[in-house]
Amino acid sequence: MADDILTVEGLKAYYQMNYFGVEREVRAVDDVTMRVMANEIYGIAGESSSGKTSFIKVLAAAIRPPFRIVDGRVTYRFNGKPIDVAHAGEDEIAKIRWKHLSYIMQGSMSVLNPVRRVRSTFEDFAFRPMGLKRDAFWEAVEAHLARLHLEPGVLRAYPHELSGGMRQRVTIALATVCRPEFIIADEPTTALDVVVQKDVLAMIREVQQALGSSVVFVTHDMSVHANITDRLAIVYAGRIVEEAPTRTIFTAARHPYTRHLVASLPRIGDTSPKPSLEGRPPSLAEPPAGCRFHPRCPIAVERCRREVPVLEERPGGHRVACFRADEALPAEKILNVEEPLS
Amino acid sequence: MSAPPLLDVRDVSKVFTMGGVLSRKQIRAVNEVSFALSAETPEIFTIIGESGSGKTTLARMILGSDVPTSGELKFEGRDIAARRGADRLAFMARVQPIFQNPFEAFNPLKRVDRYLASTARRFLNARTEAEMEGPMDEALHHVGLSLKEVKGRFPHELSGGQLQRTAIARALISKPSVIVADEPVSMVDASLRMAIVNLFKRLRDELGVTIIYITHDLATAYYISDRIIIMQKGHVVEMGPARPILDAPQHPYSQLLKRSVLSFDDAGRGLITRSGREEVDTSAEALVKGRLEPAEDGRLVRVG
Ligand SMILES: Nc1ncnc2c1ncn2[C@@H]1O[C@H](COP(=O)(O)OP(=O)(O)OP(=O)(O)O)[C@@H](O)[C@H]1O
Ligand SMILES: Nc1ncnc2c1ncn2[C@@H]1O[C@H](COP(=O)(O)OP(=O)(O)OP(=O)(O)O)[C@@H](O)[C@H]1O
Ligand code: SF4
Ligand SMILES: [Mg+2]
Ligand SMILES: [Mg+2]
Repeated sequence: MADDILTVEGLKAYYQMNYFGVEREVRAVDDVTMRVMANEIYGIAGESSSGKTSFIKVLAAAIRPPFRIVDGRVTYRFNGKPIDVAHAGEDEIAKIRWKHLSYIMQGSMSVLNPVRRVRSTFEDFAFRPMGLKRDAFWEAVEAHLARLHLEPGVLRAYPHELSGGMRQRVTIALATVCRPEFIIADEPTTALDVVVQKDVLAMIREVQQALGSSVVFVTHDMSVHANITDRLAIVYAGRIVEEAPTRTIFTAARHPYTRHLVASLPRIGDTSPKPSLEGRPPSLAEPPAGCRFHPRCPIAVERCRREVPVLEERPGGHRVACFRADEALPAEKILNVEEPLS
Repeated sequence: MSAPPLLDVRDVSKVFTMGGVLSRKQIRAVNEVSFALSAETPEIFTIIGESGSGKTTLARMILGSDVPTSGELKFEGRDIAARRGADRLAFMARVQPIFQNPFEAFNPLKRVDRYLASTARRFLNARTEAEMEGPMDEALHHVGLSLKEVKGRFPHELSGGQLQRTAIARALISKPSVIVADEPVSMVDASLRMAIVNLFKRLRDELGVTIIYITHDLATAYYISDRIIIMQKGHVVEMGPARPILDAPQHPYSQLLKRSVLSFDDAGRGLITRSGREEVDTSAEALVKGRLEPAEDGRLVRVG
């Protein structure tokens, strides 16, 4: 499609390790196909350790052994020129980093050099791509920091002299100051108070709209997805189980896992005990056969244990991977997943 | 005479000096904060507030990892900063931390089970493998993991959520009476988040552990807290019983905080707007001049 800026096809990426002679394979990304269009914010949600970070490490071309791409393609089109970052060389990838593609990593210390002041990091990463005169550059940086409620003083600080949320905002500032076409953000607002979080999300949305750029936004926080994403993918155990316009996910989800997620959203003032999904998150080293959700699914049937449901296209840009997606699901089943039915 | 409080924080302030010789700048990270936690009634004492308002700095002083510029912090009647040697070790076993970012809390080059084992060795005086592994496995089970799952793994091989649960397990090994949890649930999903805060409740109710819970999540704060303090720019702006305060906050910053919680009503419409933070007077000068005054429901609110 002409409007796609990113196309991912049949992507498999595993951690392949060897512990004292024992092979271990963690299938963190297992057969993912999706695309991101120009001018949209694409969200990825899913429980802890479902493979969100692993997936976007591939998108950001930031993978290192033992993490390997086993199969598939990850193609970007910047200025109409395709580049498959799953197979491109490091020098080709270096050309698109920061200017076209920027990546906000989970855990903000990673880009910030602990022994250098924040100012130096900005100089290293942003000065050349922005192509401004020195004074104009610092003026632009300071103006950008202000949008994130950071005083110019943070430039003089070492990372450890900033609070967790201040560091997180510095990383966001770094990744957005060059106004890249494609931003990949992994849990960028988890360390922020709700006031600053709201303003940071609004800023990301403003930058995205002003430039018509694309954002892949990863977080487990459904309230953030509700407010910033246009489309949303729900990941379970290394696979996309549902994908739709964000509004559809919140109002007309079809996958039992998504429906559980939406039904158990936390609200202030609510003191009723919240049901959590029974059973453990699946191990990605030995994922359940068939539908990976079946051990915890309230409406699983025999078939679910044997066959893998494919992510099927439905009307309205909606994709669901479930054999029983058309089944009505009573509220108590969505909320109280005690024992899997057979 | 009644027993001293478990923890007594009295007029505590912390000033940092930042920058080189030429551009020195003073940052008042914490300003005259006072509160006490009772030894008789374990509670969940929650601190919420602005990013950069001094929550982590306050937590570090309670843990004795940093000393106040002025004011006093006492644990069971004795100055925390003055403890040395074995006395300090005993204090550390009783007051355990859980930090904000699990990626930063763990040494990337050390296997996580080794990290747990060193805690068992240090505080339980465990020597043999078996002596260490029993308490480690027990602590891991409290958080929904097992020793088998984490054994031999490096921090980067675990997800953020798994790491954070491991960090909580580590804090439980020495059977502490206070846990200082600095944003313990920021990195985990809603379901795990509930499991962890329910675990805190259980620790309070069954083991009598007092939890100092630092968070940005108003929903879980409401759900589990007994008392709450709200901070802005190093100052306490409102403090008292948690539910009345979160139901009807009185200080303008507390009100802004509650207003800014994201809602689901307009899900997917892309309507996010700014918080309007600028309209609420947030100048540091105004806060310094104000003082905490008693108000309804036994709360204190900063006025003036
Ligand atoms: N370097 C690594 N080596 C081995 N396994 C890894 C490595 N990094 C991650 N994993 C495993 O891959 C799985 C997916 O982890 P990932 O970090 O992608 O999850 P996530 O969805 O981002 O979780 P969270 O919400 O907690 O950040 C987990 O089981 C994790 O233990
Ligand atoms: N070692 C240090 N040297 C200088 N300044 C510091 C140091 N540690 C913290 N600060 C400053 O003290 C203030 C309070 O920081 P703190 O980490 O306590 O905030 P916080 O409330 O925990 O914020 P967050 O919610 O973002 O974690 C910040 O302005 C920070 O820059
Ligand atoms: S009904 Fe079957 S296919 Fe659908 S989610 Fe449940 S287990 Fe998976
Ligand atoms: Mg992650
Ligand atoms: Mg902090």
